[in-house]
Amino acid sequence: MQKLVVIGAGMASGRMLEHLFEAAPGEFDVTLFNAEPRGNYNRIMLSPVLSGEKSYDEIVTHDADWYARHGVHCRFGERVTAIDRARKVVLGASGDEVPYDKLVIATGSNPFIVPLPGHDLDGVVAYRDLDDTNRMIAAAGPGRRAVVIGGGLLGLEAAAGLRLRGMEVTVVHLPGHLMERQLDPAAGYLLRRALGERGIEVLCGANSKEIVGQDGKVAALRLEDGTEIACDILVMAVGIRPAAALGREAGLTTGRAIAVDATMTTSDPDVLALGECVEFEGQLFGLVAPLYDQAKVAAQTLLGQSAAFVPREVSTKLKVTGCDLFSAGDFAEGEGREDIVFRDPARGVYKRLVLKDDRIIGAVMYGDTADGNWFYGLMKDGADVSAMRETLIFGPGFQGGAPADPMAAVAALPDEAEICGCNGVSKGMIVKAIEGGAHTLDAIKICTKASGSCGGCSGLVEQVLALTLGGEFVKPAVKPVCGCTDLTHEELRRLIRSKSLKSMPEVMQELGWKTPDGCPSCRPALNFYLLVEWPLEYRDDLQSRFVNERNHGNIQKDGTYSVMPRMFGGMTNADELRAIADAADKYGAAVKVTGGQRIDLLGIRKEDLPSIWADLGAAGMVSGHAYTKGLRTVKTCVGTDWCRFGTQDSTGLGIRLEKRLWGSWTPHKFKLAVTGCPRNCAEATCKDLGVVCVDSGYEIGVGGAAGIELKATEPLAKVATEAEVIDITVAFLQLYREGANYLDRPHKWIAKTGGLDWIRERVVDDPDSRRALIERFDISQSVYQKDPWADHVATRAALYTPLADLTKEAAE
Amino acid sequence: MSWIDIGALEDIPRQGARVVKTAHGCVAVFRTLDDAVFALSDRCAHKAGPLSDGLVHDHKVTCPLHGWVFSLETGQALGADQGSVPSYPARVEAGRILLDAARLTAGATA
Ligand code: SRM
Ligand SMILES: Cc1cc2nc3c(=O)[nH]c(=O)nc-3n(C[C@H](O)[C@H](O)[C@H](O)COP(=O)(O)OP(=O)(O)OC[C@H]3O[C@@H](n4cnc5c(N)ncnc54)[C@H](O)[C@@H]3O)c2cc1C
Ligand code: SF4
Ligand code: FES
Repeated sequence: MQKLVVIGAGMASGRMLEHLFEAAPGEFDVTLFNAEPRGNYNRIMLSPVLSGEKSYDEIVTHDADWYARHGVHCRFGERVTAIDRARKVVLGASGDEVPYDKLVIATGSNPFIVPLPGHDLDGVVAYRDLDDTNRMIAAAGPGRRAVVIGGGLLGLEAAAGLRLRGMEVTVVHLPGHLMERQLDPAAGYLLRRALGERGIEVLCGANSKEIVGQDGKVAALRLEDGTEIACDILVMAVGIRPAAALGREAGLTTGRAIAVDATMTTSDPDVLALGECVEFEGQLFGLVAPLYDQAKVAAQTLLGQSAAFVPREVSTKLKVTGCDLFSAGDFAEGEGREDIVFRDPARGVYKRLVLKDDRIIGAVMYGDTADGNWFYGLMKDGADVSAMRETLIFGPGFQGGAPADPMAAVAALPDEAEICGCNGVSKGMIVKAIEGGAHTLDAIKICTKASGSCGGCSGLVEQVLALTLGGEFVKPAVKPVCGCTDLTHEELRRLIRSKSLKSMPEVMQELGWKTPDGCPSCRPALNFYLLVEWPLEYRDDLQSRFVNERNHGNIQKDGTYSVMPRMFGGMTNADELRAIADAADKYGAAVKVTGGQRIDLLGIRKEDLPSIWADLGAAGMVSGHAYTKGLRTVKTCVGTDWCRFGTQDSTGLGIRLEKRLWGSWTPHKFKLAVTGCPRNCAEATCKDLGVVCVDSGYEIGVGGAAGIELKATEPLAKVATEAEVIDITVAFLQLYREGANYLDRPHKWIAKTGGLDWIRERVVDDPDSRRALIERFDISQSVYQKDPWADHVATRAALYTPLADLTKEAAE
Repeated sequence: MSWIDIGALEDIPRQGARVVKTAHGCVAVFRTLDDAVFALSDRCAHKAGPLSDGLVHDHKVTCPLHGWVFSLETGQALGADQGSVPSYPARVEAGRILLDAARLTAGATA
């Protein structure tokens, strides 16, 4: 009988032995080493053991009786420490040498431990085997706290299991969304929401810094941003590394794992390898389906039969009860792809198919995975789906139905959801009014006041009318934001607020976007609406900004940029001018005095942006935001400082206003001026907000413009003190930020709100409302009043450089 | 084809791009939301705007200068605009971005 030694009693080798004994009982005399002190069990089912839904006994695949029946010499709990291929023996930890004719390496993987400070503390565990699982179970208990680093398959299963055992669980995940390798951001968001509903807190984009210990035991995890999360146990589930060391030390060809050919043979014809410890044509494996194929091939190879392993597409399901999720195939590469997206916000369903050459190459679904296997089948078979292209996404049972209802979002709103923010009118109140006989927008305005103020919610009120009255109500045609949605800007803003939507994938999912990730019209608008609504929670998305705002300079017709530092109130000094002159020399810039009372450096190469910013920053200058839908300049005149007619300190007030307001983002650009007397040398009467100083105080006008349209400001208020000017300006700016459609200058917005009275009430007459607006503005400034130039120099400088420079290689 | 490694997938932000300098000018390498990678000449067919600075959406890019939209897959202008930019084979393997060296050194042919 041939002597066969197998290293590792895991999922792959277990299946191989089954094939071997079934095809040729008695052909091999098998010795089976396993580092774990037990035989083969179903590792996949550790999660139900962790959660208490199954016991260990239920997941054992081969028991003592099975091994005895097949005459396997079990050396469980004994690690193999070396392979001597010349003498054809393996060395066990006990010191025994065991000879082989054929050897199979099936050592699986090792969990990857991030070498954070404190990673070796007691209570830091990986999630790979039964011992890890038992350690977690021992630490668990109601009221105790767990942190899981890693929001992939394993991490989430660990989190769900620990939660079911009553622990308070926080998942800390570095990428921006959960399971980023299997899911796209929309599905990741739905999963996160579902976990949140189960009481599992999820932090995405969170960078772990240090594990804090107490008396040698884990006590908390500290993040890069300083947050500390207390815990009694910390599970690290950030990934696996093939356990290839044994093979590598034995001199077998290895890359990231032990290299095998299609017969599962390594570079030594008498040594086979399979499972997670191998690589085939550079590919690694982390799910069992392909390993089972390998097991079959390995058994055939051992029996001298010819067989070849062909990697197949894998599908993933998350084993967390209640989180219905399916992902299969390829999202990571390829040309010529096409997406089909289906969203049903009301049911929390999301499906996406990726097609190439009329074939499905990837599928993600959340919420309704019933058709997952059907898609997976089509994908594996490489079936041509062009004939059912239009209805494919609806699944096998569907023939010719209607797409998702655009009104679903409004239909799904609960009765208490606020529709009219100005007057505090809920959906339920509107429905009641409709049932009471108010069948038009005007009637509703009269009896509930909804849409009677800023008018921003009229679209939503109409949708409620349409839903309640059905065919009786004909909604006037409205202009949607873009082709990706049927919603108008007003509806979009209102829904972001009333449904608490806090990220771009959330908005697109909940409001039924028709494209995977929007377009250049809706993305910048959405980004703005989200950052105004949730200044502390939402993270500005630079990839959804136009080039000027992404790269913080105005792009020129030749692809270079202009760089314009801020000169508060148009004042500068010799030091600043010297730094500007030096920069102009160093970077070969043209220098122009702008219409905004400051100096423009033109013709800067993109690659030079970070360094010119660093130079100007060193001289104390910050970005002038000449490129933004945001606060631009505050033009001033010389005022009482110098002018014989000046009535107030117009220069000083301008500087104070600019210092308060800079850095803020607005629907369109926002320009101010403060002029020292009615001669108006600073042109204050054609600005978005202009202040004209007079003997008795300050006249504030708003809604001016001198661009495509020429408009004089209209008087908003006349006040006696500078403090009031600043307060009213801040309140007006915030009201504009919160109310205007993206790309409407203030004069357009004012016209849509029905005039200045409504605005005056909020920013001038009612001190409480003014104070609240100022407070919200200041919260936003706590995040956004930072110099983007300094920020990019510190964190994003690499993105301004080429990814690679091949010009030199070509010359060689 | 002779694939060369020009960097890690992570080096390009999702829905963004970086350039690779070649003897024939810059090639823009795009990474889309779904982690697909495409390479096009960095010169817009309209007035040579840097496509790498455009807004990336779906498998498309909108030129930063005058808003032409190009398919990342084919380099063809979409919508009413007529024209195309050369595209280059690109793929991702084990988190690394690979471009076809032969095509890069041959320069624009499409
Ligand atoms: C640099 C500057 C011209 C100059 O050399 O003086 C300038 C340059 C541009 N202006 Fe302006 N505007 C400049 C002052 C003005 C002024 C005068 C002012 O602010 O007192 C106006 C009229 C006032 C107004 O805005 O109402 C002005 C009205 C416009 C408009 C029309 C806006 C409108 O609502 O109709 C646009 C187009 C737009 O924003 O959509 C525009 C757009 C532009 C853009 C950003 C065009 C673009 O998208 O590329 C130009 C960028 C050139 C570049 O590559 O840097 N620029 N622009 C001025 C910069 C001022 C600053 O220091 O920040
Ligand atoms: C909690 C959990 C849930 C999972 N869920 C899924 C799922 O839902 N779907 C899915 O497809 N996959 C899942 N997986 C992955 C799946 O379990 C693995 O892909 C599979 O177990 C790998 O099989 P293997 O035989 O290569 O390695 P393993 O099953 O890990 O077996 C390797 C064995 O070799 C032993 N060993 C290592 N080195 C030595 C040595 N030097 N000497 C002796 N013995 C050694 C180890 O102790 C181990 O017992 C999950 C994994 C875990 C941990
Ligand atoms: S007036 Fe026209 S050309 Fe001159 S800077 Fe303004 S936008 Fe450019
Ligand atoms: S240069 Fe690209 S659109 Fe004009």
